[in-house]
Amino acid sequence: MTTTEPPFLEIKNLSIGFSANEKVIPAVRNVSLTLNKGETLAIVGESGSGKSATALAITRLLASPPAVYQGGQILFNGVDLLALPEKELRAYRGGRIAYVFQEASTSLNPVYTIRSQMAEMLRLHRPEVHNIDAEIIRWLEMVGITNPKERLKAYPHQLSGGMQQRVMIAMALSAQPDLLIADEPTTALDVTIQAQILAQLRKLEKELGMTMILITHNLAIIRGLAHQVAVMHHGSIVEYGPTEEVLQHPQHPYTKALLACIPRLDEHRRRLSTIEKELQ
Amino acid sequence: MLSFILRRLGLSIILLFLISFISFFIITLTPGSPYPWGEMNPKISPEVKAAFRKKFHLDLPLYQQYEMMLHDLFTGELRSMKDDLPVMKKITDRLPATLALNIMAILFSLSFGTLLGLYGALYRGNWKDMSLSFLSFLFIALPGFWISYLLVLTLVKYVGIPILGTQSYGIEFPNHLTLWLDRLWHLMLPAIVLSLAGIATQSRYLRSSMIETLRENYILTARAKGLSPTVVLYQHALRNSLRPLITGIGMLLPSLISGSVIIETIFAYPGMGQLGYQAVLERDYPILITLNMIVATMVLLGNLFSDLLYALVDPRVRLE
Amino acid sequence: MNLESPSQQLWKRFCKNKVGVWALVIIIFLTLIAAATLLLSWLGLPWPMNPNTTDLSQKLLPPSQLHWLGTDHLGRDVFSRMLHGAPISLTVGFTTVLVSLSIGVVIGSIAGYCGGKVDQCLMRLVDAFLCFPTFFLILTAVALLGPSLINIVVVIGLVSWTETARLVRGEFLTLREAEYVHAATILGQDSLKIITRHILPNAAAVILITAVLGIPEAILAEAGLSFLGFGVQPPQATWGNIIADGKTYLLEAWWLILFPGFAIFITALAFYLVGDSLREAGEKK
Ligand SMILES: Nc1ncnc2c1ncn2[C@@H]1O[C@H](COP(=O)(O)OP(=O)(O)OP(=O)(O)O)[C@@H](O)[C@H]1O
Ligand SMILES: [Mg+2]
Repeated sequence: MTTTEPPFLEIKNLSIGFSANEKVIPAVRNVSLTLNKGETLAIVGESGSGKSATALAITRLLASPPAVYQGGQILFNGVDLLALPEKELRAYRGGRIAYVFQEASTSLNPVYTIRSQMAEMLRLHRPEVHNIDAEIIRWLEMVGITNPKERLKAYPHQLSGGMQQRVMIAMALSAQPDLLIADEPTTALDVTIQAQILAQLRKLEKELGMTMILITHNLAIIRGLAHQVAVMHHGSIVEYGPTEEVLQHPQHPYTKALLACIPRLDEHRRRLSTIEKELQ
Repeated sequence: MLSFILRRLGLSIILLFLISFISFFIITLTPGSPYPWGEMNPKISPEVKAAFRKKFHLDLPLYQQYEMMLHDLFTGELRSMKDDLPVMKKITDRLPATLALNIMAILFSLSFGTLLGLYGALYRGNWKDMSLSFLSFLFIALPGFWISYLLVLTLVKYVGIPILGTQSYGIEFPNHLTLWLDRLWHLMLPAIVLSLAGIATQSRYLRSSMIETLRENYILTARAKGLSPTVVLYQHALRNSLRPLITGIGMLLPSLISGSVIIETIFAYPGMGQLGYQAVLERDYPILITLNMIVATMVLLGNLFSDLLYALVDPRVRLE
Repeated sequence: MNLESPSQQLWKRFCKNKVGVWALVIIIFLTLIAAATLLLSWLGLPWPMNPNTTDLSQKLLPPSQLHWLGTDHLGRDVFSRMLHGAPISLTVGFTTVLVSLSIGVVIGSIAGYCGGKVDQCLMRLVDAFLCFPTFFLILTAVALLGPSLINIVVVIGLVSWTETARLVRGEFLTLREAEYVHAATILGQDSLKIITRHILPNAAAVILITAVLGIPEAILAEAGLSFLGFGVQPPQATWGNIIADGKTYLLEAWWLILFPGFAIFITALAFYLVGDSLREAGEKK
């Protein structure tokens, strides 16, 4: 017998529902995904297709109730996170699997300074760090924040949207997680800022060899960063494979429609077609 | 900041005038006379009556009466119509007891109210939340005098411990500590009864504000960091839900003073509520007006204080 | 798809909350009892006994088969007196709310519709009222005017309109911007018509909820006044004045305190629960 190393992250038949009025409405159905170390997986799909639910479920962040984890496994280095007690799971949250969310402006706590929110992360997951301020400044510089020293005492509302998202990314990275999950990290930002954040992520991917799950509608992000793409529709994965393959030869009608919908900068003529129309 | 305080003080002064105006007219326009000896007493000669009217400016036209009242109020020359003592002295005599009772009741309202609201929000929708909700309506609906009597009845009759007044009489206290403990004990029961409604309203407000906060994205961020539920709740959620708690400091006062009219009468507690009730019975206009003004001033100062405090808690609030 | 009117929807959602429905049942039951008591005594058949018949040989008797809830210091039957007190409490609750609602709706409408200086002045007036210790103000005014049912209702109503005014004003500020109000303005309807036809019906839910929550406040205030001797005057029995009469006999006759107080408490509680349940039903959209 040979012992093969378990895959970095393996989601098997994950099903999640939300209970409402004593009924359970399915939101994620039988989703299976595999992610190797150092790779980036993009999840795409229309609004409400279950992308965020899947991502949050990885460390069981969906509050239950209303969420119901109906079945499946989430194996992280062979450990089933869905079966882990809440207390042990907390070491994974932030420490090994960190998140960046869509709206940075509401994802940072308005009543605490940048320093205190970042220090909280370091104290929790990297107790060996003694000079906390220096470490925070290092990460803020890493994500391209100018004058990081002055920003320490700032409150979130004193920063621009792009800055706030950089702080979120710096905070997530500062715990040196094995996996970064970014849920639409650029959607709420201006186009120019989007490009900057994107470049930042690309740099991090190269320099740190970070494993990432990216949820996005942005084709540029998928092209530039993702090794694999999973397309979700109504809670299920309808197409899943290497990025090039999926983009060049979309199989599922839904994927074709989705690609047609995403405005491409290299196209002169922007075709606006609704998904519904193509599906008929 | 300074300009904010000044503007608020200016507005408060306008409000105080409005309040003095309302109280003055409610009190003087109602029929009936303030004579301490009753309207029709035949033994009182017209001269005595005239002297009384002159002394308290009742012979002047209304607007002049109002002017004199304001003048006397601010110079502290207002006197009780009943026993001719300066109103200010009568009120300041009651001040320590009143402050002790109301501060205690505010502390109870804020602390227990916060606790109940917090747990209601945490368990929202399930039976724990529903019972807490029910409990808070129970507290609001309890007539203060009824629950006080039931307490007095059971404690005095069946347990036999003294609870009336501010301290036990006829007992030698061996030292100051026992005296103060005895006073604290006497304070406890009226303060609890007085704060029931406050606890309830406070917990309702905190519950809804907490539920809003728990839906915020930064709470998800805090959980995603791997923080324990306690830290998420007390450090990230509570601090953002404090608005009702802080507003409560000023807004609880009027209802407390109202409640203390009844509670102090029952517990024989010598505070401003009791003084107010006596003044009502004796139609002692100057005391009634002064009491309203003092309460209003305390409410306005409390509101200003809570605004300042709120700016301290939430950096987004800028006082302009 | 959904052909139900807003009020039908509100009612349907209200019915889902069992606590609210039970509370409503209690209120209806109380109202029926009060009406029946009034009717019977009007027919000259006070049931179960005449509330004002005194019999000093029967004074301060504990609850028994004959006197279900005991007798008071004049030997009057407490149960009968409580039944006759019910219409008073309910009348005070309902009519007071009518007074405070009318004032609140008018002032709130004026403030919300006119805006600007008028709004500012009226809101300062509301602020001033919020600084008053309400019950103390009511007590003062009722004591000076002389305690009677009318005076009590008018005074409590005059003092407690602020909440309604604020809510109605708030609704106005949002509804004023609504499309159909714009449309009506453009079509040249006059202000009063716009207010009564278009804005008030839409604010109805909010007004209903404050009204229901105002009823127990009034009932509790009247009970407090009665207790202090400024409620509806004897010999008319009210829940508050049974307790006020009984307080002298606190240690001998607990039934004079316990039962009437419980009636006040349950009635107030039922109204609060119905109000809250309505509020919740109105929120879920
Ligand atoms: N807390 C919740 N309670 C009830 N239903 C929920 C909850 N969160 C999500 N859902 C439902 O689960 C489904 C999947 O939601 P999810 O947030 O994963 O979508 P998404 O793909 O991330 O969409 P978007 O692109 O808009 O972020 C949706 O139908 C949504 O209505
Ligand atoms: Mg999402």
